[in-house]
Amino acid sequence: MLKKIIFQFLALGLIFTYSAQSAESGGMPQLNPEFWISQIFWLVLTFGLLFIILSKFILPKISNNLETRKSQILENIETADKQREETEKKVKEFDKIINGTKVEAKNFFNSERQKVLDDINNKRLSLEKDIEKEIIKAEEEIDQLKKTSQEKVTKIAIETSSDLVKQLIGEDINKSSLSAIVEDLSKKEMEKHNGI
Amino acid sequence: MAANPMYQFNVYRIGPEIKINNIDISFTNASLFMVISSLAILIIFNLGTKRSIIPNKIQLLAELSYSFISKMISDTAGSKAKPYFSFIFSLFMFVLFCNMFGMIPYSFTVTSHIIVTFVLAAFIFIGVTIIGFIKHGLGYLKLFVPSGVPMVLLPLIVVIEIISYLSRPISLSVRLFANMMAGHTMMKVFGGFVVSLGIVGGWLPLGFSVALTGLEILVAFLQAYVFAILTCIYLNDALNLHH
Repeated sequence: MLKKIIFQFLALGLIFTYSAQSAESGGMPQLNPEFWISQIFWLVLTFGLLFIILSKFILPKISNNLETRKSQILENIETADKQREETEKKVKEFDKIINGTKVEAKNFFNSERQKVLDDINNKRLSLEKDIEKEIIKAEEEIDQLKKTSQEKVTKIAIETSSDLVKQLIGEDINKSSLSAIVEDLSKKEMEKHNGI
Repeated sequence: MAANPMYQFNVYRIGPEIKINNIDISFTNASLFMVISSLAILIIFNLGTKRSIIPNKIQLLAELSYSFISKMISDTAGSKAKPYFSFIFSLFMFVLFCNMFGMIPYSFTVTSHIIVTFVLAAFIFIGVTIIGFIKHGLGYLKLFVPSGVPMVLLPLIVVIEIISYLSRPISLSVRLFANMMAGHTMMKVFGGFVVSLGIVGGWLPLGFSVALTGLEILVAFLQAYVFAILTCIYLNDALNLHH
């Protein structure tokens, strides 16, 4: 159906054009040589000028632009790469520095701690020595005190016993006999103590 | 008068008649459109030569066409064809702009005239032949003797090769001219249908006309491309003798 309509249109058109063509001189104006020379002349002129201006002035500029852009992009990429490498280096250096400082800090801390510990130890040792000395001294003193106290005790015992006897009897007793009795008693007491 | 689809191809004088030694070189509507096309190319590409790293639209257009044609040449004719870049670029742009200006209603299509396309094609043909002889001397004649052909067939093949070589300018010019003429005639015919069938039946040819306009714009680009690429192929034959 559509084909038929199109065909009819085409046929109608052809009739129109043929009638129109036959009314005029007809044919293809392209084959009329009247203006051939003029066309050739103007073609050579315009195309020649176009070619000369394009090749001498415009195209070199465009190719220059393209090249500079290319080289600039390459340069930029290069510098970007360089800078990236540099930053990587810097980051590594930074890491190294941080690690170094960490180790240093640890070492410092350890050494300081060691120092402090040593100090404490030394002080403790000296203190212990002092304490021991003191203890020894005190023991010696105690020993002496023990000895002297025994003598004193026997003396006091003799004196008090002589006084007691004087008051009781009203008579002086031989001190040597008294002391012998007291020593005997104290010895017994001491034996009792030591025995237990 | 306007109903004649061939009327659009008429060449008429604009301004006074210019004659040099009895030869008529008057300024015509064809000359006008050649000048307009060339000026448009020069203006557009001159605007596209700004030196900026990030191109604007016109610069981008100019640079894209530059790299497009440069790639086309290097693909078809190799790196030896670089010196001929500006010629092929001008040729492509000239044909393209003439074709495209022809698409404007009531304008004139320069490339729809056989004499224009033939002069271009003949210039290319002669130029390519001269380049071939300069590059290879008489060895360029080897182009007509393909390798690996039996001796019996050789005379026939050589004759065919010579004829095909000599028919290059004709085929090149007629291809462009016939395409442009046929397309524009078709559009005119369908335009005539729209008028003659009126408001009732004119819609279908109008639709055709619209579709044809799109097709013709495609053809305008395609023919310019074909013209340029065939030039590259001929140049390739002259520069890199394969046979």
